Amino acid sequence: MGKKIGITGNEAIANAMRIANPDVCGAFPITPATEIMQRFCTFVSNGEVKTETVLAESEHSAMSACIGASAAGGRVATATAAQGLALMWEMLFIASGLRLPIVMGVANRALSAPLNIHGDHSDGMGARDCGWIHLYCEDAQEGYDNMLQAFRIGEHKDLRLPVMVGIDGFITSHSIQTAEYLDDDVARKFVGEYQQTLPALLDIKNPVSMGALILTDYYHEYRKAHEQVMMRVFKVVEDIGKEFEKISGRPYGLFESYRLEDAEVAIVVMSSAAGTTKEVVDEYRAKGIKAGLLKPRLYRPFPYTQIAEALKHVKAIAVLDRADCWGGSYGPLFTDITGALYGLDKKPVLINKIYGLGGRDYMPDQAEYTFNELIDLAKGGKVKAVKEYIGVRE
Amino acid sequence: MKLKTWKELPAGAVITEPGSARNFKTGSWRSYRPRWIEENCIQCLFCWVYCPDMSIVTKEGKMTGIDYDFCKGCGICALECPGKKGQKALVMEEEGK
Repeated sequence: MGKKIGITGNEAIANAMRIANPDVCGAFPITPATEIMQRFCTFVSNGEVKTETVLAESEHSAMSACIGASAAGGRVATATAAQGLALMWEMLFIASGLRLPIVMGVANRALSAPLNIHGDHSDGMGARDCGWIHLYCEDAQEGYDNMLQAFRIGEHKDLRLPVMVGIDGFITSHSIQTAEYLDDDVARKFVGEYQQTLPALLDIKNPVSMGALILTDYYHEYRKAHEQVMMRVFKVVEDIGKEFEKISGRPYGLFESYRLEDAEVAIVVMSSAAGTTKEVVDEYRAKGIKAGLLKPRLYRPFPYTQIAEALKHVKAIAVLDRADCWGGSYGPLFTDITGALYGLDKKPVLINKIYGLGGRDYMPDQAEYTFNELIDLAKGGKVKAVKEYIGVRE
Repeated sequence: MKLKTWKELPAGAVITEPGSARNFKTGSWRSYRPRWIEENCIQCLFCWVYCPDMSIVTKEGKMTGIDYDFCKGCGICALECPGKKGQKALVMEEEGK
């Protein structure tokens, strides 16, 4: 086992990238992800990795460089946030469509305007349907652990898909937290050497063309194939999570259930807010209230059936979104959870809270407020509003 | 050509067969077609040089015709053709007329 240390989330991500020793990193700085590449570039300068860094003129170019390098046949990683992820958007589809296992750390941040640099899931949610695998982390420890696993998941021969690993901007990316690194040898053995299992551009003995025009005769089939490869992600994530647990003692599945097995009321929330919510769950359990939590880890593909199974017995559920879909009525996670529960004969009562936009603090009193409402709903109380902004000045 | 199902496609739409663009005939995109008038042709091969595709057919260094399977009717050959004494050897004509 490694030793306990104090690190930021960005440091954790950068350190996992050091272990993976990518062939190429194409990157462009953006708050709050800048520190990831800044620290990683220190590893490059110190000769701790053999990575070629391509410091591009924009995130669009950075992702393009990553796509080129990955298509050529190398291990590739990068990092970004917010506007940077938004600027990459069209290239994200190209990375996934070409089945390039690029690994990207994302320090999730609000989108402009108004300009805001703080923690929010608007960026990741905007990229949720780009055909990438999305993993979300509660803290720096999960940032390190998920980033290591991301290389194994994305590069798995059954998948070959890009992966983004989200940590909450500033809340996780810049806060110094206690975490534990694996011994480098153990971590390196886990991540392994890069294996090119699909044709690559630089395999000159087997020349290939990439990025061909696919029209009405085949595009529909390629999209169906992508939908199907996404369905293979669940098993790979679970298998690699189990393997990781053996070397770290830290279990990883598709999502985390916290005191959920016999819960009557539950909150579904991603990333750092889950930590705060667990405290409140414990507080309510101590009062004899059957409260629980479900924290999605694998957000895309979304484990609809598994989550439905985990939530079906709960009487009232609040889904907390750190992003909103304007005009879509509800937050993105809420629509995923309602989609997951749609097939149940007896459905829990569901409400949606929008919290913490642009880094607004999510405090225990917001979780308490939400649980109190859920307790009322579980007793047969009437839903006042399906969706509500919490922690907002009215 | 029998079209493949989604299960038979190579991952990432990668093309492993060299020169497979030959299997994808693009001549149907054409709305104007070039017509070769042999008696006006001075065999300068400007058409062969300028054709953005490979639709000018040559044999032993001489222009012998047009490959309508791939010619998209861009008209560059007709534009560049110097012809003989002002009489073009390549002229564009509307398809279907």
